Amino acid sequence: MSVSQPPAPGMAESVAAAWMLACREWKRFFRQPNRVGAAIAQPLLFWLLFGIGLQGSFQSAGDLDFLQFFLPGTIALIVLFTAIFSTISVIEDRREGFMQSVLVSPVGRGSILAGKVLGGSAIAWFQAVLFLILVLCFGTASVSSAVLSLLVLLAILAVAMCSLGMIVAWPMDSTQGFHAIMMLGLMPMWLLAGTFFPIPAWDASAGWGPKILGGVMRANPLSYTMVEMRRLLYPVTDDAAAGFAPSPLICWAVSVLFAGTVTLWAWFLMRGHRKVDAIS
Amino acid sequence: MNSICEVRGLRHRYGDHLALDGFDFEVAPASWTTLLGPNGCGKTTLFRVLCTLLPVQQGRAVIDGLDVANQVMQVRRRIGIVFQSPSLDGKLTVEENLRCKAALQGIRGGAFRDRSQECLRMFGLVDRRHDRCETLSGGLRRRVELAGGLLHRPRLLLMDEPSTGLDPAARLGLADAIGSLKSEGVTVIMTTHLMEEAEKSDRVIIMADGKRIADGPPVALRREVGGDLITIVPRDTAAVASILENDLHLEAKRVHNQFRVLAPEPAGLLPELMQRLGDQADSVTIGKPSLEDVFVAKTGKRFE
Repeated sequence: MSVSQPPAPGMAESVAAAWMLACREWKRFFRQPNRVGAAIAQPLLFWLLFGIGLQGSFQSAGDLDFLQFFLPGTIALIVLFTAIFSTISVIEDRREGFMQSVLVSPVGRGSILAGKVLGGSAIAWFQAVLFLILVLCFGTASVSSAVLSLLVLLAILAVAMCSLGMIVAWPMDSTQGFHAIMMLGLMPMWLLAGTFFPIPAWDASAGWGPKILGGVMRANPLSYTMVEMRRLLYPVTDDAAAGFAPSPLICWAVSVLFAGTVTLWAWFLMRGHRKVDAIS
Repeated sequence: MNSICEVRGLRHRYGDHLALDGFDFEVAPASWTTLLGPNGCGKTTLFRVLCTLLPVQQGRAVIDGLDVANQVMQVRRRIGIVFQSPSLDGKLTVEENLRCKAALQGIRGGAFRDRSQECLRMFGLVDRRHDRCETLSGGLRRRVELAGGLLHRPRLLLMDEPSTGLDPAARLGLADAIGSLKSEGVTVIMTTHLMEEAEKSDRVIIMADGKRIADGPPVALRREVGGDLITIVPRDTAAVASILENDLHLEAKRVHNQFRVLAPEPAGLLPELMQRLGDQADSVTIGKPSLEDVFVAKTGKRFE
């Protein structure tokens, strides 16, 4: 066997490596039909059960009934779940040895992150779109020109959720630890984003409870994505009556900034964290 | 020395535990070296430092003239790695797994087609290349791992307990594969805790408590112990100890529930030994020293 002197890793190689890792995520996903089924069926079930069950007791925000109100939240839940499933595989990969072989290959951590986030968020995006098509068939939301913006917003949300999943999963050595963080951190983040109940108004008449809750929910970047998603799903609805309605510009800016920040954070976390490389 | 791998004064700590205690060794190109030792002797730590999974804490490790501590990316291009835990994705086919590994090494397109063909042929995997890895036997999967580790023509192949989960036939196949790699100029360093596997290599480094305690070709190491070995499994430990020491004046090493006596002429010693021991011993056996006996001779501990 002759000995070759390979060149230093270049941009093209990093992109090719990231693309290969992303393709692997997609192949893995579509070769496990139960994953595809569960990720669609569970939020659909949640949406219908909560939506129909709570319809009577829901004081509307704007003109929406609960089934309509809960729709963006359900989509966010799909994205969150799928992102979690694909990033939790980092922990399994490391145990099974696949990640070890990736970590000792001459590609930067940026490629690994890009591959994982690109792969995971594409799956999450695809599932959310599939769910959306189902919902459009039901007639709870209508197709409008806003659908393109909605697809872009979903992609941004998916990237944010996957990067957030990587931040949690990367330093973990067990999936149990991941579940703990998920229940303590990610689920409350989802709940406090105006997904399940409207964000309370912040006026003088409000008590301390709604004020604190409203403050926390306003500080949650996901709330802004939810407001915009609701606006894109129901363009004709007047959201002035809702407690919290920042302008589209603010919503988009916060969503993009959030996705960018968590992705950068994940990258910083993955760089030079060799301590956790050798978990066996 | 023209070495492919050189380690000097390597120390590695996990908290208070010293896993590698000033380890030194050099490996010549196109050779097969085995790191042999019981669990916890530091061989996997050494393997992980060499394959850049763990940082160099203290000391120096050089692979193909490159410093493992600060030329990590270059080192990774020169080494092929086969991990103890399978690194294949079961949901992907053999070819897809190889494609993944190749992409990570920067091999694409035509170069990948040529190299993957070559490696698949080398390990007899051409017919199986469209099979999903989860459907393959343990032996075949190891072969895929080996093929994947060699795609980028590494100068040094590092393997951690490569025969884990292999049946005897697959183990033989692995030894043959390593033999042919060597003839193509690839250097192989592997870890194992199996004596019979270490016996096949050119050089064995026996490790205990993070140190190198013996080093050389397996035959030479066994010869170093010298003579033949009598192993006695006692029924009454105290009685046997007293007979061996006081009556026969033999130097016996006690390893757990066995006594081991090295003797140049065991046949002559045996009748008297049997007579004195009588019913006190369950069994008395004579054999040539194995690598295990080398370990016992050097450490006084049983290999486990």
